[in-house]
Amino acid sequence: MARAVPARRKMLTTILGWGVGLTIFFPILWTFLTGFKTEAEAIASPPSFLLFDWTLSAYDAVNQRTDYLKHFWNSVVISFGSTGLGLLIAVPAAWAMAFVPAKRTKDILMWMLSTKMLPPVGVLIPIYLIFRDAGLLDTRLGLVIVLTLINLPIIVWMLFTYFREIPVDILEAARMDGAELRSEILFVLVPMAVPGIASTLLLNVILAWNEAFWTLNLTAAKAAPLTAFIASFSSPEGLFYAKLSAASTMAIAPILIVGWFSQKQLVRGLTFGAVK
Amino acid sequence: MGLITLKNVSKSFDDVEVIPPLDLEIRDGEFVVFVGPSGCGKSTLLRLIAGLEDITSGRVEIDGVDVTEVPPARRRLAMVFQSYALYPHMSVRKNIAFPLRMAKLDKAEQSRRVESAAHVLNLTEYLDRRPGQLSGGQRQRVAIGRAIVREPEAFLFDEPLSNLDAALRVNMRLEISELHQSLKTTMIYVTHDQVEAMTMADKIVVLQAGVIEQVGSPLELYHNPRNLFVASFIGSPKMNFLRGDEADRHGAHTIGIRPEHIRISANEGEWKGTVGVSEHLGADTFFHVRCEELGATLTVRADGDNPLQYGDSVLLAPELAKLQRFDADGLRIT
Ligand SMILES: Nc1ncnc2c1ncn2[C@@H]1O[C@H](COP(=O)(O)OP(=O)(O)OP(=O)(O)O)[C@@H](O)[C@H]1O
Ligand SMILES: [Mg+2]
Repeated sequence: MARAVPARRKMLTTILGWGVGLTIFFPILWTFLTGFKTEAEAIASPPSFLLFDWTLSAYDAVNQRTDYLKHFWNSVVISFGSTGLGLLIAVPAAWAMAFVPAKRTKDILMWMLSTKMLPPVGVLIPIYLIFRDAGLLDTRLGLVIVLTLINLPIIVWMLFTYFREIPVDILEAARMDGAELRSEILFVLVPMAVPGIASTLLLNVILAWNEAFWTLNLTAAKAAPLTAFIASFSSPEGLFYAKLSAASTMAIAPILIVGWFSQKQLVRGLTFGAVK
Repeated sequence: MGLITLKNVSKSFDDVEVIPPLDLEIRDGEFVVFVGPSGCGKSTLLRLIAGLEDITSGRVEIDGVDVTEVPPARRRLAMVFQSYALYPHMSVRKNIAFPLRMAKLDKAEQSRRVESAAHVLNLTEYLDRRPGQLSGGQRQRVAIGRAIVREPEAFLFDEPLSNLDAALRVNMRLEISELHQSLKTTMIYVTHDQVEAMTMADKIVVLQAGVIEQVGSPLELYHNPRNLFVASFIGSPKMNFLRGDEADRHGAHTIGIRPEHIRISANEGEWKGTVGVSEHLGADTFFHVRCEELGATLTVRADGDNPLQYGDSVLLAPELAKLQRFDADGLRIT
């Protein structure tokens, strides 16, 4: 009898877990299914779940109207570019904060994070104007820069929490062994922090991949990533749900696959080093 | 060469002065031990020499060259940490080779030196393991190997043996002394264990609250401590101290006598006492003798087979020539 309670509890939490999981997953599943309907069926009432005529017509339409690969490539460049550039800046910054803290280091970290609380619209006009004058509108470079800046606080924070776990003795040993700052970071700190850096990289690639405010507002055609590709299928009139769903499925599929294969790293990343 | 000179060096953390200005000279090839109670600033002083902490004022010279502003990587000193501080992601071989790699030595020379260090330290069969797969003693040897391959100007050790068990500690102590004999390189060794200090040092620096109380050879400190602090810190078990009438009789504020300078017997001596707890070490026995007249409990060394028992009445005979006298400020009267 003593075991009955934990067993029941386990069943309950399992059911609850599946419930929450399916609820979150349902919209994605619905989008996926809608992509295989005709436009008429997509808005049919009551909606049909699985028993409809599966068709690729929406995908055909999407591929005829736009160049998926171009947008896909833009997304890859922008998300990996901004994450890479961000890491390049954040590794030394997090090194300084974790290993040579000053009195105000904690405050600086909080302040950096607080910039994430500002609604982006608040700085849209100035940034738009700066980008226009600098010729960065609708360029991949421009988006790499802006997304680097947007995600930098998170990258620094994540790396900071990982670096803090590394005993400073080991870095001091490297210094005594004749390592200059660059060697200390490259040969000792970074290899020891590989799991943390990998989680940071993954999470930020995903954040950048999904970022829709700046990518939509600062691009027109040339540099438009997959977010803009999705948005181009939503129109004020006519039937577009099936095409929109097909485009969405195509846009999120790559990142979903990457995420699926790196679940472990991602969970570590999202828990900010709390799970070891 | 490994001549290290501290001139008027002081260190403060924020507003707290941990080390007031001090001068110290460490000659080439010397084995110098910094010893003192926990928190007295031994590690800090060592880190100032290493360059791992900035100096608040004064200067550090190595071989006559001012290195105060030189980063640790360029001071050509090697350090062994209490925590070993090995690189967990590298094999033992790579750990030991790391300083050579930083010095950009060619590959052949690197592996020649790693092999020979591994041979000296009995690490040859572990070269391809990770530090995580080694025992504490083996890790400590790797840390020492990493320090010796580079042939530094001086070695700095910060309590390198305190994480090892007693038997291993004695072994490693001998190995480090052996190493010093064969390399003849300057070594600075921090410990709070005065036995380590006495057995290893050419020169001991006794610190208290960041102040150098005395510098001297182990026997100098043992025979001629400058003050009460050094007298009580050096020697094991501790020196016995008496105040009051007995001290007045010798014209001092406090008198000190070491356990090994008191004879204990049933019928001969000037101080009456009762045997309390005794510690049998085999070769020696230490008796804790309660002396009502002196108002003190004295530690006395006797032969290992001395048959005295708890509660026996005894007489103690101090060797008056070995008695040490201290004035009211704690300074020894000579
Ligand atoms: N980074 C620091 N910030 C502030 N105070 C410090 C710092 N490092 C050391 N101290 C203080 O300086 C004093 C000396 O410390 P230190 O570590 O040199 O002592 P120690 O003699 O090595 O002691 P132990 O035998 O316990 O290792 C201590 O009072 C310590 O609190
Ligand atoms: Mg210390």
